Amino acid sequence: MREVSIVSIGQIPVEKKSSLNLRSMGASAIANALANIDPEQVDAVFAGNMLSDELQGQKHLSALIADTAGLRGIEALDVNAAMASGAASLRMAYLAVASGEADLAVAVGVEKMSDGVPTAALAKALDAENDVADGATMISKNADLLRQYLKHFDVPEDAMENFAVNAHRNAKNNPNALFFGKSVTPRMVRKSRIVHHPLKLMDCSPISDGAAAVVLAPTQDARAFSDKTIRILASSVATDRFSLNQRKNPLWLEGAYLSSQKAFRQANVNLNDLSLFEVHDAFSIMACLQLEAVGFSKPGEGWQLAKENKIRLNGKIPISTFGGLKARGHPIGASGLYQAAEIYLQLTQQADKNQIKRPKVAMMQSIGGAATTVISHIFGN
Amino acid sequence: MDIPRHWRLKKQRYALVGEVCDHCDSKVFPPRDICPDCGEEAKTLYSFSGKGEVYSYTKVFEAPAGFDENAPYTVAMVKLEEGPLVTAQLTDLDESNLEIGMPVEMVTRKLRSATDERGMLVYGYKFRPVMA
Repeated sequence: MREVSIVSIGQIPVEKKSSLNLRSMGASAIANALANIDPEQVDAVFAGNMLSDELQGQKHLSALIADTAGLRGIEALDVNAAMASGAASLRMAYLAVASGEADLAVAVGVEKMSDGVPTAALAKALDAENDVADGATMISKNADLLRQYLKHFDVPEDAMENFAVNAHRNAKNNPNALFFGKSVTPRMVRKSRIVHHPLKLMDCSPISDGAAAVVLAPTQDARAFSDKTIRILASSVATDRFSLNQRKNPLWLEGAYLSSQKAFRQANVNLNDLSLFEVHDAFSIMACLQLEAVGFSKPGEGWQLAKENKIRLNGKIPISTFGGLKARGHPIGASGLYQAAEIYLQLTQQADKNQIKRPKVAMMQSIGGAATTVISHIFGN
Repeated sequence: MDIPRHWRLKKQRYALVGEVCDHCDSKVFPPRDICPDCGEEAKTLYSFSGKGEVYSYTKVFEAPAGFDENAPYTVAMVKLEEGPLVTAQLTDLDESNLEIGMPVEMVTRKLRSATDERGMLVYGYKFRPVMA
């Protein structure tokens, strides 16, 4: 296997409702990523998306985006791992380049949630016969987890507050964030409306439209494409029992644990080497449980990292450094590629006001379903 | 869902029939033929008592299609006394008494109205508080 680097990224701003259609959103992210690269050199495109079949009535999206982007004749394949589809497309592009099948590959993630009502479509990542058939949704499952967490660990109800506050503080400086330029105070989080008790609106990531892309090349050739490159040190996937119901302890994210352990071994790094961690904060409880599963705190204490401001840009383990899913936005299939693009900006010292001091190693984790599929990537300079 | 799918699931959905593992005696619900605990084959049918307690719950206001008429409704994870967790709606509920750990029992209720083109009424299990 060859070593693989990210040589370029492209993002379009996350919006509540994009004026572009789905294919053009994807093509725009690719065009941004290929601004200084000859498109003729691209061998393959992998597109991550979850909902186009439901919301746009469109399958076969990768070929459509490749054509719209003017990439003719190349390999183009759809990649789906529910909410982790973006990270899955990154992994496919990584494998294609690492194996030698492709010398230049693009991973693009795109989602346009404003074209329909996504709640029922998102619930399809759960068990159709046993969760969805009884009226459960992704939101209700996260509310269940939060309620059980608060009770089991005897945690105050405002424990998760700083996850949202931190995400918004970072999104405020990110021109690609849905909440760019907006201030969100602890009081606003506290007073936000109840969605599914005890979940508040500010515990949930927003429904949004967005697309992001990264370009991968073998590390040995990376400098030919750009003088700003980062290496992919690990790419791993792990799955847990499909339904929360099937787990001995639903509050322990075994998939996140296994996925991170595999990634640490591949990259030959450990927790203390990480300068930042882009988490899958679709719900604050997920960010909390992820920090615990990866090992940043003991079970039941993940929220304290937020409470004690250890997740800030200057903290022990900064998370959601450009706003995360919570405040940059969570256009489902695109989120993993936004995470990768943001890590690229951090490690190449282009993060502007959100720059972390001399970052060396960064990890991202993307979650599909009720923490069923967990994809980890680790990057370094 | 199609009629054959409902037909196939009816023992599970109407009578809470799962499986028991012949190797480690774990009770399995929903039936999956492989024991989630020891990984061995588990095909012996087992009828659950329908008794359990609330593991966690939430009230759904924005219901997915087919459940709109019931909204808002309370959906819970119920821990059956034999071990497994199941997702189910709670019914006949006095919300002031609802809390984690509340004892509940299974009842059969209508789950979905006849809103699809087949005009099918869907029945299944819900759980209600155990009468004191």
